Amino acid sequence: MNTELIKNLAMNDNGFIFDPSSGYSYSANELGIYILRLLNEGQSKEEIIATIAAEYEVTPDNISSDIDHYFLMLESLDLLEL
Amino acid sequence: MKKEYIAPNIERNYAGNLNKYGAKSVVRHIDNIDGVPVKELLGKYGSPLIVFSESSLRKRYRRFQDTMKMHYPHLQQAWSYKTNYLGAICSIYHQEGAWAEVVSGMEYDMARALRVPARQIIFNGPGKREQELQKAITEGAKLHIDHLDELYLIEKIAKKEEETPEVAIRVNMETGIYPAWSRFGFNYENGEAFRAIQRLLSGGAMKLIGLHTHIGTFILDARAYYYAAKALLDLAQKVYRELGIAVEYIDLGGGFASQNTLLGSYTPGEFASPSLEQYAAAIGEAFNESPFAAQHKPMLILETGRALIDEAGSTLSTVLGKKNLPTGERAVILDAGVNTTITAWWYKLKVSPTRAFPGAYQNTVFYGPLCMNIDVIRAAVPFPDLHTGEAVVISPTGAYNNTQWMQFIEYRPAIVLISESGNPELIRQRENLEDVIVREQIPNRLKDF
Repeated sequence: MNTELIKNLAMNDNGFIFDPSSGYSYSANELGIYILRLLNEGQSKEEIIATIAAEYEVTPDNISSDIDHYFLMLESLDLLEL
Repeated sequence: MKKEYIAPNIERNYAGNLNKYGAKSVVRHIDNIDGVPVKELLGKYGSPLIVFSESSLRKRYRRFQDTMKMHYPHLQQAWSYKTNYLGAICSIYHQEGAWAEVVSGMEYDMARALRVPARQIIFNGPGKREQELQKAITEGAKLHIDHLDELYLIEKIAKKEEETPEVAIRVNMETGIYPAWSRFGFNYENGEAFRAIQRLLSGGAMKLIGLHTHIGTFILDARAYYYAAKALLDLAQKVYRELGIAVEYIDLGGGFASQNTLLGSYTPGEFASPSLEQYAAAIGEAFNESPFAAQHKPMLILETGRALIDEAGSTLSTVLGKKNLPTGERAVILDAGVNTTITAWWYKLKVSPTRAFPGAYQNTVFYGPLCMNIDVIRAAVPFPDLHTGEAVVISPTGAYNNTQWMQFIEYRPAIVLISESGNPELIRQRENLEDVIVREQIPNRLKDF
């Protein structure tokens, strides 16, 4: 997984994301932003699942498929190379 | 305490994605029906649950009654049983003064079981059986004749029973819409309707009291009713002039569109569908121009169903699970499908969350619980992340869903009516196994295995 492109993004806590290299902007929800930050810190998918499961009212099983789906969204937006 | 989980989501922002009707869809939540919390209803009656609002039913009926009477005062509404024949619902319309419009022997029995006087029953429908006609004739219902074989049959029964049934001729005609419904009754343009009336009168066994048409369903052009009314009034004038009989009523059937949005429609239903005022104005114009109406003041009968009831009904449903589709959309599996809400095949039904959600929405497809690929309540709409066990409100679902629902792999849900004082009352219990198998008979040789 290549997360280099995410490192370039400017993000604020309200969910607004700007990509200076392409000029595109994005809107993400709270967890969307949080996962981007965790990816920036270099966490793996498994670590991210554990982090979120510890902080949110959700089981690791439930979040796993949502994370896969989110990664696919990021890939389709050219923000992540899986 | 842990934070509430909402699945992660990200969307690219696009400038200029407003359409001509304003911003992109905002998902508003509905947490009560007529003041009764959705959670309370589901807790008490189970899920899924069909809910009707009595105050909406009555208000809309009265509003249409007032609106139509401003244009033409001699109005009689007849409740279209096929739109919704729950006893409690029909009784509300009968309390409001509506007659019954039935299209089969079963519906006729339903109206009689509710103690609707037979003279206030209009018996339409293309497939009336002999014993059904016999009953309707001896009880004095108004028969609307669909074809010549039916005319001969009524004549035969009338003579045998020594009755003179009150009848109307069903007429089909060109009203400028597509498709023109030509299957009901006799054609106007080619003179068939007039010839049928001549034949009817020459038999001397029936009393012709009306002319009827049913031009179609979900008619999005109110002008069609002007042409339909004009054709029937012209025919009535011709019958009066040439045969000396002035019919007592002109029945324009049903077909008014509700505010639902048809699947193929780009514009939302509330913009695409004519208002009740527009239908009333079109019909009123034809009556006010007609010399027959001026002289004889025939009663106008309308068999409006869908446009009166659709918005008064909602289906409450619970999320059983969700999944992510390979198309990038989210899928939610509800416990109500096309078995309870068959109109999902015709309309873009509105699905509303039952609480406010923060954050961005994702395209979501709503499936029902059936093992059918076509069990889709609503194709992709932007929607917040729902959790298993959360409720949604599907609306409007008041018309046709309780008459065309399917007995397919599920028990049919309970139905609740919220009274005008905001009190929920059960009007149909949830089905159980007994309801489904009660008519079955298993031969003894098949009982052991």
